[in-house]
Amino acid sequence: MTALSYFYIVSAVLFIFGLKGLSHPKYARRGMFLAELGMLMAVVGTLFHHEIVSFRWIIVGLAIGTVVGGAMGWWIPMTAVPQRTALSHSLGALAATLVGISEYVRHGILLGRVKMAAIGLEVVIGGLTFTGSVMAAAKLQELLPGAPITYKGQNRFNFALLASITGLLVWLVWQPSASAAFYFLVGLALLFGFLLVLPIGAADMPVVIALLNSYAGLADASMGFVLMNKIQIITGSLDGASGFLLSILMCRAMNRSAVNVLFGAFGKVEVAAGPEKEAKGAVRSIVAEETAVLLESATSVIIVPGYGLAVAQAQHGVSELANLLTKRGIDVKYAIHPVAGRMPGHMNVLLADANVPYDHLYEMEQINPYFAEADLALVVGANDVTNPAAKTNKSSPLYGMPILEVERAKSIIVLKRSMRPGFAGVDNELYYNPKCMMLFGDAKDSLNKLFAALK
Amino acid sequence: MNPELEIGLYIFMLSGFLGYHVITRVPPLLHTPLMSATNAISGISLIGSLVVAGADYSRLSTILGFIAVTCSATNVVGGFLITDRMLRMFKKGAPTAKDAKGPSRS
Repeated sequence: MTALSYFYIVSAVLFIFGLKGLSHPKYARRGMFLAELGMLMAVVGTLFHHEIVSFRWIIVGLAIGTVVGGAMGWWIPMTAVPQRTALSHSLGALAATLVGISEYVRHGILLGRVKMAAIGLEVVIGGLTFTGSVMAAAKLQELLPGAPITYKGQNRFNFALLASITGLLVWLVWQPSASAAFYFLVGLALLFGFLLVLPIGAADMPVVIALLNSYAGLADASMGFVLMNKIQIITGSLDGASGFLLSILMCRAMNRSAVNVLFGAFGKVEVAAGPEKEAKGAVRSIVAEETAVLLESATSVIIVPGYGLAVAQAQHGVSELANLLTKRGIDVKYAIHPVAGRMPGHMNVLLADANVPYDHLYEMEQINPYFAEADLALVVGANDVTNPAAKTNKSSPLYGMPILEVERAKSIIVLKRSMRPGFAGVDNELYYNPKCMMLFGDAKDSLNKLFAALK
Repeated sequence: MNPELEIGLYIFMLSGFLGYHVITRVPPLLHTPLMSATNAISGISLIGSLVVAGADYSRLSTILGFIAVTCSATNVVGGFLITDRMLRMFKKGAPTAKDAKGPSRS
């Protein structure tokens, strides 16, 4: 055991304490400081590794990485955090893939079956995470259309591709010297990641990002197996578990299975399944001035922000309105559904960025009991997560999805562009509730008007 | 079974369980910082990449290692920076009388 091993053990402990700190906003920064210390120790320790003979490329790489990472860390707006996260998954996966290739080239025929299997997994998971994450980032940045891109036989083709990848991997473990097969494998993995994310719509991004996070962790762990670097196995496994857990939480919040997210091409399939057009009663529309009067006469208001708020970048407008209400003695709470926003927890960050204190943000289970006694629920850009059909209508595609029980508030105002259904493609029964009023228009616009009317 | 592999698999399994339990306790409020934090931490692949970039195995290895060092360093620096930026934003509000109580059962 070398001195370096002790460094790594301490780093691993610091990383775990760091993540543990995230269990409360009060300790989170301190925790991250520990993790940073752990990283510094591991990196500085590694620079004394006996195999390192030249520092030229190390220094250049570190310098570029620090500048690029620093720029990404400092200047990226909070609305772009999902893209940044996807991009950083792709960079991590790329690093793992390249190191895998380098190890294959270096050892070639001399690789044992175990090492070969590890390298194979590393380049496959790394490769597909790389292109998959680049695709996800492009969709989030709206460089690519957010709608699912589908074609005939898509799933069959993807499964065939996955089968060939598995076949090649098995063959390589059997025959590590087959270098043509190795490069073909890398190519197929890259193609697979690209095709896997192609049919996934923008609304499903929270699940996809979490899944890619998990894969990036697994790629990192398999790199740990290739280099027999135990700390990397630990962090990879932690990262993998974290991403896995988050994707389960996201799937549960959307009432869908991971298989359905990956292969369902949601939105496209479900729109067809909405033939239940019965008379549901009239929709009441309202203007900003009337809404302002209602808001003023309320004593407690619950704001329900959704994906639409993130799209309209209306978080500052919401926050200003809430401040104004609070100043007049009105109690304001925010109800945050787990899939509000574009990645897990994104809505909390957006609102925190708009200076909303975190103790005004309530999770779904916490806030639901409050709705019954709220005078007013103000729904901004949220749709499916407020649909009472999820609880009452067994034939609805949303049935079983946990929702914010907005319909229990004394009155409800929905800020919405039009009556267009949400991502699930179903009508929201909430809008036909006699207690519900619609304030049509762009969320940011409507909020500004409300603010002006209140002042 | 290769003893090193065996140890590795044990480590993998145990830290997976540990991770699952530590992360279960992270509130949804902090899920986005959690993701960027695990991202930064898994930038530890930097240490593997450093050796590949500096060991002079072959020209190809050095180039691949150099790119890997750049990518991982970007993740480490960018990940920790943005995590801290986000965590700094989470502030507690001024306590109001109504906040402390649960829903009153009147």
